[in-house]
Amino acid sequence: MKRIFISLMLLATACLVFAQVDRGNVLIKGGTVLTVTKGTLENTDVLVKDGKISQIGKGIATPAGYRVVDATGMFVMPGIIDAHSHAGLDAINEATAPVTAEVFTGDAVNPFQVGLYRALAGGVTAIHAMHGSANAIGGECETVKLRYGVKDPEAMKMEGAPRTIKFALGENPTRVHGSGNGIVPRTRMGVEFVIRESFSQAKAYMEAWDAYNKAKVQKGFRGAPPAYNRRLETLADILKGNIIIHCHSYRADEIYMLLNVCKDFGIKRLVFQHVNEGFKVAPELAAYGAGASVFSDWWAYKFEVYYSTAYNAAILTKNGVTTSINSDDGELMRHLYHEAGKTQKYGQLSDDEALALITINPAKQLGVDNRIGSIEVGKDADIAIFKNHPLSIYTIPMITIVDGVVRFDREKDADDQRIYVDPKQTIDVTLHTATGHDHESCMQGAEYQTARLFGFNLLEK
Amino acid sequence: MKTIYIKVLALVLVGAGLTFTSQAQSPKGKSGTFALTGATIETITKGVIQNGTVVISDGKITAVGTNVTIPQGATVIDCKGKFIYPGMIDGGSILGLSEVGSDPRTNDYNEVGDVVPQMKALTAVNPNAVAIPITRVSGVTTSLVVPQGGLFSGTASLINLHGYTPDQMYAGFDAVVMNFPATGRRGFFDRRSDEDIKKANEKSLAKINEVWEKAVQYHKLDSANKGKVEYYPQLQAILPVVRGEQTLLINVNASKDIQAAIKWVQEKKVKKVIFSGVSEGWRVADEIAKAKIPVIAGPVQSLPTREYDRYDRPYANPGLMRKAGVTVAIQAGDRNMNYRNLPYHAGFAAAYGMGREEALKAVTIVPAQIFGVADKLGSIETGKSATLFVCDGDPFETKTQVQHVFIEGWQIPMVSRQTELYDEFLERSPGVKK
Repeated sequence: MKRIFISLMLLATACLVFAQVDRGNVLIKGGTVLTVTKGTLENTDVLVKDGKISQIGKGIATPAGYRVVDATGMFVMPGIIDAHSHAGLDAINEATAPVTAEVFTGDAVNPFQVGLYRALAGGVTAIHAMHGSANAIGGECETVKLRYGVKDPEAMKMEGAPRTIKFALGENPTRVHGSGNGIVPRTRMGVEFVIRESFSQAKAYMEAWDAYNKAKVQKGFRGAPPAYNRRLETLADILKGNIIIHCHSYRADEIYMLLNVCKDFGIKRLVFQHVNEGFKVAPELAAYGAGASVFSDWWAYKFEVYYSTAYNAAILTKNGVTTSINSDDGELMRHLYHEAGKTQKYGQLSDDEALALITINPAKQLGVDNRIGSIEVGKDADIAIFKNHPLSIYTIPMITIVDGVVRFDREKDADDQRIYVDPKQTIDVTLHTATGHDHESCMQGAEYQTARLFGFNLLEK
Repeated sequence: MKTIYIKVLALVLVGAGLTFTSQAQSPKGKSGTFALTGATIETITKGVIQNGTVVISDGKITAVGTNVTIPQGATVIDCKGKFIYPGMIDGGSILGLSEVGSDPRTNDYNEVGDVVPQMKALTAVNPNAVAIPITRVSGVTTSLVVPQGGLFSGTASLINLHGYTPDQMYAGFDAVVMNFPATGRRGFFDRRSDEDIKKANEKSLAKINEVWEKAVQYHKLDSANKGKVEYYPQLQAILPVVRGEQTLLINVNASKDIQAAIKWVQEKKVKKVIFSGVSEGWRVADEIAKAKIPVIAGPVQSLPTREYDRYDRPYANPGLMRKAGVTVAIQAGDRNMNYRNLPYHAGFAAAYGMGREEALKAVTIVPAQIFGVADKLGSIETGKSATLFVCDGDPFETKTQVQHVFIEGWQIPMVSRQTELYDEFLERSPGVKK
């Protein structure tokens, strides 16, 4: 009996550690394949075995037991990757201190949000589920695959994806901490100081542990280890190059500031988020090798985005900066293909350049370009299939595949796609007034308090 | 020697020209006589003309067709391979009323009070708002600027996006704005109980009814006393609506609220009404059609209003209403001053069932008709205002470039702060090293 119990316990533990990921076998036939990295292939088949792309070519025979997706007359592209999202999270802002490197959005993944399905219906297959921007140094983020339908939060996480962390500069951290709580930072000077101070403390912490680890193997060692500190552990991992910084930023000066700070501390893996004035320091970003993840055209919602331009992505791209277009928004997320298309109006990027902004480039920024972001043999079968070219206004996402599993199919789509229905939820009440002006009177002047009360993403953008 | 002199002079002039073309806000428009030749003209109301010419003079379209005499002295713009469309009309913005969203000092669209219909949007329109050139260079030439908040928010006005005073911009239409009391939640943060929501709704409805009854009384007094009545600005502003001379623009979204608003409009016998927003219009499209109330639907690029709704309802909403027989205009209703995206909202509606032709009408002739300005705007016809644009493809397609914009005959400079930043920073000088 006891042995059975232990076996069951072991099994349960195993299930917890290794979340089951469904991997499908599919043959996608006869589409125009937009590989993004290796050109466009007309009338081409893509074979998917065990969730990986195993063959790309013409006239591939259907292996027994494979699902066939007829993509004749349609466009097959890599699944879209949103490098800045807060979807699928139950908590976003740990706004309680200027530095909260100890928290992790991966602890708040909610696989039941119907918004994840809506993103799938827009061709999105992976998202960077980020911490909010209330802190100069926020929490670690999670790279999530949109395996909508699974109920285990662990199974939503992209296994093996590198660790990332959220930083934030400018108005948000200075408003929350300086103006809100009367502590540093209240200015962009303070933000730099907070980051430099944190890295310096982490460096000292790391050195103390190194010294201890070296000393403890010596004969007759009697000292105690330094006190464990989760916040400093995370910061030390940034210094060691184990975590990619994704920094919320707008103005050119603050972007330039963080480049200098990172240079001083030897940090190389750095992506700027929003980065509306990135175009002003594009040569510096390119020289450093830092990435930029931008909105296609958002501006005017606060002073630090007043001097924005919709040509930002094009200027950055043409200056050699690895650039992506993100959503940071549950609605925008549904049509990132269209947002990428705007770079053809604002800067006349080529089809491949525009598509790279939502596929291979965000994959590079998340450190997962060996796995996703293009249609190549050996990569994960995260694929979006469109009627009409995905950069055309008349395009319609038809089928979205994650790890070879069809997770969205417009033809077979039911209206109600919720997995979990809250029994207490009143169903005939419209949730949003949806006039779209984002100036709800009950929110005015209260965004900080509201964000604190509900922990929602009001401090983002 | 003479040639050197001329060369030097030319250089000086070029240099001077460069200096003088820089401007503090926007470069000047140009007026005159223009002939746009050899274009594909989508007139909207009279079909498509291939290889046609549009002549612009004195602010008006003076000729349209394939066999057009170009007036002497006209500036000829070769539009071979290009397309001409009437300027797009956005039916709901805060253009000129807001500069920076989060800074209240720059926002003039929300006055204190629940019942303030006398507050006029046109008064507060800043003709030099940075968003105005940014919007018009994308072919959106005309916009309804709408006050927000409360029950009667103020009076909206239609403006053309060129001019130095609000009066120069005014495009001939006003509407009193009403927010119909909503039964829905305002968002995820709205934790009121169902009962509280119901109570708040009833209270708002009672308030609206009270205001309306007063306005009816005021109308009777005013009529009986030949206009000699006590100063009562709120009621004076609503008076033309009560008399059926002015439009009531009702913001309404949830299906129940739309039904309630239809009932209200019919009970009060309001003659001129437009519904705006109408995100759940598809649920009650037949009823809206039967009531013959035109709508300005949008934003089209938005989220479903209910968790259990099909993901593409907002995209399909304008088409579904149109199919049911509703008169549908489309608005961008955008959060971030991106009214320039109006053609993309229309494009999404087109792709998800409305069709291109109807969607094109929904941003041109239909809003012009709804606003009672179809004699001036909304199509390419002789005698109408020369408010139009030239582009190199389908204006809904994202990659299409808008190349010329005319507003009331004025040739608009194709620059905005966003294009100027592009010009300055595409190849920054100095680069990394000074």
